[in-house]
Amino acid sequence: MPNKDTIVDVPTVNKIARLSRLGIPEGNKESLTNDLNNILGFVAQLDEVDTSNVEPLASVTGHKLPLRSDDVNDGNIEDLVLKNAPERSSGFFVVPKVID
Amino acid sequence: MNDTSTLKPGHIQGETGIWEMVIGLEIHAQISSKSKLFSGASASFGSEANRNVSLVDAAMPGMLPVINEFCVEQAVKTGLALNAKINNISVFDRKNYFYADLPQGYQISQFTKPIVGEGEIIVDLDDGEQTTIGIERLHLEQDAGKSLHDQHPTKSYIDLNRTGVALMEIVSKPDIRSPQEAGAYVKKIRSILRYIGACDGNMEEGSLRADCNVSVRKSGEEFGTRCEIKNLNSIRFIIQAIQSEAERQVDILEEGGTIDQETRLFDTSTGETRSMRSKEDAHDYRYFPDPDLLPLEFSESWVQDIKEKLPELPDSLKKRLIKDFGITSYDASILVEEKDYVDFYQQAANGRDGKLTANWMITELFGALKKDNLSFSESPITSENLGELISLISNGTISGKIAKEVFSEMMKSKKSPSEIVKEKGLEQVSDDSEILKLIDQVISDNQDKVNEYLSGKDKLFGFFVGQVMKLSQGKANPGVVNKLLKEKLK
Repeated sequence: MPNKDTIVDVPTVNKIARLSRLGIPEGNKESLTNDLNNILGFVAQLDEVDTSNVEPLASVTGHKLPLRSDDVNDGNIEDLVLKNAPERSSGFFVVPKVID
Repeated sequence: MNDTSTLKPGHIQGETGIWEMVIGLEIHAQISSKSKLFSGASASFGSEANRNVSLVDAAMPGMLPVINEFCVEQAVKTGLALNAKINNISVFDRKNYFYADLPQGYQISQFTKPIVGEGEIIVDLDDGEQTTIGIERLHLEQDAGKSLHDQHPTKSYIDLNRTGVALMEIVSKPDIRSPQEAGAYVKKIRSILRYIGACDGNMEEGSLRADCNVSVRKSGEEFGTRCEIKNLNSIRFIIQAIQSEAERQVDILEEGGTIDQETRLFDTSTGETRSMRSKEDAHDYRYFPDPDLLPLEFSESWVQDIKEKLPELPDSLKKRLIKDFGITSYDASILVEEKDYVDFYQQAANGRDGKLTANWMITELFGALKKDNLSFSESPITSENLGELISLISNGTISGKIAKEVFSEMMKSKKSPSEIVKEKGLEQVSDDSEILKLIDQVISDNQDKVNEYLSGKDKLFGFFVGQVMKLSQGKANPGVVNKLLKEKLK
């Protein structure tokens, strides 16, 4: 079982924040890392159980994935879709220029 | 410098020796469904911006995906056609990244448990050889939306119509060894997809696109570091991009450099690849099972039902054409490339000379369509009419030469060949007495040449045949003309 204090460090938190596009003030990083380690350490107790012969559980309800038939019965609601867009033009969302 | 003209395709002559390419392809094929993979919005191409978008596609909070059964069926059908293992239980994962045309902030895809596992296909190469390419997997995933960067100097315009459209990603094993093989592989996959109707294979509209993984090595060595060239939408570009990327890698390695594993774009104007994004975090997608979707499960009997309904596929059809119609392997592989070609051919050749029909279809019809810039479906000549033309040639009603004249008239007027032959009076003349009349005329007009011939100038025989044919406006049966002339000039 991993030591709960060393599951994530500050560089890892920085990386996750960047991947998630979250801005974290410099002064909060240390305490956030501690909080995350406490949470992850708590969850890591589950590692004590040997699950090597157990199939992953996808659902406790016993339901199967429902399928729908291939019918077009949605769309044509561009006004609704664009309603919350900060900017729009001739039916498009307009965003700051994004180029790779 | 060494002579490079004898290099095999896929080999590059460097200063330090011959380099070999190692290529793997990821083909993205849009499934030919009416609605999207997880929503009931239309999957059609070319609508007004954001018309085909549901609240699920726009990723509004609380909206839940429901999978399209038809799309699942097409993935299974394709898996079967690729001789691949079908996984009766598969799982959808979230592939996380941020981009303006991906409102969810993740793409629903399949990572560790795809719907289709390993398979293989046989690929026909231009030199008539065949090679087997392994399939690593096939999985279902959502397409992203479309960003337009050229509408405004500082803004991008986003259209979500394509967001959530169903794709199959077909991943090959790194079994491909030349750009030409890669092209032939894509052609074969496209042909299979069209036969089974899972994807229209239209590369211009983006229904089929490929990412190419390319690395180079010296023969027998371990695989080198690869680069991925994204989003190639024509077979010609795939071939060009792989060649130029492999040459770039050889240049770097020979100068003592190392290859950075990265994603690259093919610039169609320069014919070269360039780096697309910094590799930092590029592949850190933090996949995890999508909590909105249970595992996809189906029964073995459902798979068997689909298997029984599979149409005849190109490989088996090719064998049958060779056996039933006596045509060459080369002609057969051209005809089975498209389902439409085979259907046309079988109708035209039915009960007729198979080789002659194949010749006329591949050489004359394909040639004429190309010249007139027409697609096959726009052909003015129907299978029925081509078949009739073959019959007219085979039963001697018209000569092969006249047939070409009739054919070009068919291309113009869409009339049936017998109609054209009748209207223009083009029937071949095989009647002895009519041809004898023409021969007599030619002899009396060329008495001096006849004397020369009779005194030993044998070569003049061809001249007489030509004159008779000319007099008949090409309609005289050349065999009969030859026979009668010989008798007459004894």
